Amino acid sequence: MNISEKEFLAPGHRACAGCGATVGVRLALKALGKNTVAVSATGCLEVITTPYPETAWNIPWIHVAFENAAAVASGVERALKSQGKDAQVVAFAGDGGTADIGLQALSGAMERGHNLIYICYDNEAYMNTGVQRSGATPYGASTTTSPHGKESFGEDKPKKNIPMIMAAHGVPYVATASISFPEDFMKKVQKAKETDGPAYIHLHQPCTTGWGYDPSKTIELGRLAVETGSWILYEIEDGDFRVTYRPMERKMVDEYLLAQKRFKHLTQEERNRIQKNVDALCTELKI
Amino acid sequence: MVKKVFTSNRAVAEAVKLAKPQVIPVYPITPQTTISEYLAQFVADGDLKSEYIRVESEHSAISAALGASGAGVRVFTATSSQGLALMHEILFAAAGMRSPIVLVDANRALSAPLSIWNDQQDTISERDSGWLQIYAENAQEALDAVLIAYRVAEDRDVLLPCMVCIDGYFLTHTVEPLEVPSPEEVDQYLPPYKPYAFLDTENPMSIGTFTDPDYYMEARYAIEGAMEKSKEVMVQANQEFAKIFGRKYDLVEKYKCDDAEIIIVAMGSVCGTIKDVIDSLRDEGEKIGLLKIRVFRPFPREEIKQVLENGSKVAVIDKNISFGMGGVLYNNIKAKTNAEAYGFIAGLGGRDITTEYVREIVEKTKNPTREIEWIGLKTEEV
Repeated sequence: MNISEKEFLAPGHRACAGCGATVGVRLALKALGKNTVAVSATGCLEVITTPYPETAWNIPWIHVAFENAAAVASGVERALKSQGKDAQVVAFAGDGGTADIGLQALSGAMERGHNLIYICYDNEAYMNTGVQRSGATPYGASTTTSPHGKESFGEDKPKKNIPMIMAAHGVPYVATASISFPEDFMKKVQKAKETDGPAYIHLHQPCTTGWGYDPSKTIELGRLAVETGSWILYEIEDGDFRVTYRPMERKMVDEYLLAQKRFKHLTQEERNRIQKNVDALCTELKI
Repeated sequence: MVKKVFTSNRAVAEAVKLAKPQVIPVYPITPQTTISEYLAQFVADGDLKSEYIRVESEHSAISAALGASGAGVRVFTATSSQGLALMHEILFAAAGMRSPIVLVDANRALSAPLSIWNDQQDTISERDSGWLQIYAENAQEALDAVLIAYRVAEDRDVLLPCMVCIDGYFLTHTVEPLEVPSPEEVDQYLPPYKPYAFLDTENPMSIGTFTDPDYYMEARYAIEGAMEKSKEVMVQANQEFAKIFGRKYDLVEKYKCDDAEIIIVAMGSVCGTIKDVIDSLRDEGEKIGLLKIRVFRPFPREEIKQVLENGSKVAVIDKNISFGMGGVLYNNIKAKTNAEAYGFIAGLGGRDITTEYVREIVEKTKNPTREIEWIGLKTEEV
């Protein structure tokens, strides 16, 4: 794959060492190119890339609030259209800004069929405010608002399935991706760009502070999520579902869980329960 | 120019058609809804070339408006009451991002209890958002205010959003004769929008950034400066308006104030009723006047001071309440003048402010017993 050497997200921003979100945005922008307008929801990405008077964005960028990235992007898209401009609009929001507080605006924008790409960078909790549980937090994860304790094993609900909720909207291109599979992700971004109408990409990205692991292990851990079947890479093109990556031999979920502080408290029995759920889905998808 | 008989909602829609915003995100809410319906029909008929976005909430309406404005086009939206309250967060962002959005609010009471009827609590509660606010007395003023709003909001020295406030039902659903300007006249008054800073792939910039304590106060101070400057710009815009359309507006309107012993101060449609009562009272030999506050933000401090500090007693009518403090207009006037003023809370939740109530306010101002009075209150129901 030919990956552009041009950078549209400049280095020197304020992200943590080992931040997965900025890796994702950097790759996405390489796939989209210069003729792109970005919209951000409030969150890590917005805060670390635009401390006034500095900015890491080499393309036009706008941020308004937490829950409205999809609505702001809708306005941007129509305004560009009304001026006969063909720039690609891309919205970036975290999992909280997508699965929770921003879901209504996202649903509206997708249903209206704007020609925009929405990328959810999913680090599975509210990392910007200090690792609080979101709708995308996985079963068993300990967060500051779903802590494990004498009466709790951590998050007791499964992860909300936003990509499928998007697919149910009839969005012509829906995909999941991982920052640890850059070619797969960038191909999906390109497909999203070629899509006539809205596209949704749910990008899984490890967070060193929220998940509790060494910053040098971000890419490794993202890969492990996919290799264990804990995160599945697929795309849905005009309703056709296709798994885009199948591990040669699926690894045990324990390997992924035990590498992270947020799952360290789980008993073998609890981890087995997670393995069982992963097995069920993977069997269904022949992974 | 054509003579028509329209509701204020229709008048607003006609003004929007003439102002030609490129993007219109709207969400229905009573009593604003017919504005969005007229605009939808204009677009459907090809009479208005705008991108009409049927958003899923008022929060998204103002968010999409702000996004579109950031992308460099003229935008319009309209709402009312709960809808404006839902926009609250983004209203501040729009002013902070110096986005010249024009919004028409059909003034309606805020819940609870739920009411679809008129008062001005909704827009008054947004007075500190950084938006300019113009209150219309009738359909003609509503139409004209939309055109003036764009002209002032888009001025490089201002770049602040502007809210045109029209009383729910009293204006939105009442037909009145008015003059609709010709497109040529409006084009002369309101040239196509030229954005100052916008999302441009050839000249990328970041809009709506994160700011630490080193810069936040300066950004807010700049808004304060723009708000001050907007007064002068508004006066010029009014003068230019008078030249082209022949109708003259000021920040405040004096009605028989010069020799008045009591001056009533009010905003919006109730001013029509008050003028009628003043005419009758004058026939009865009573020297009463009205100071209509047409522009509430920027607050016309000097203009108000000049009229009210001539020794007359002042009766301020508020269709809103800041609990424990009286009405907000009353408090603003008390803060900025030395006039002997009394506050009257009236017309909340659509209760009609009748000619009798206006007379009662005059009588109570002659012999005041309390600083703040609630007019038309059914004490037996409290």
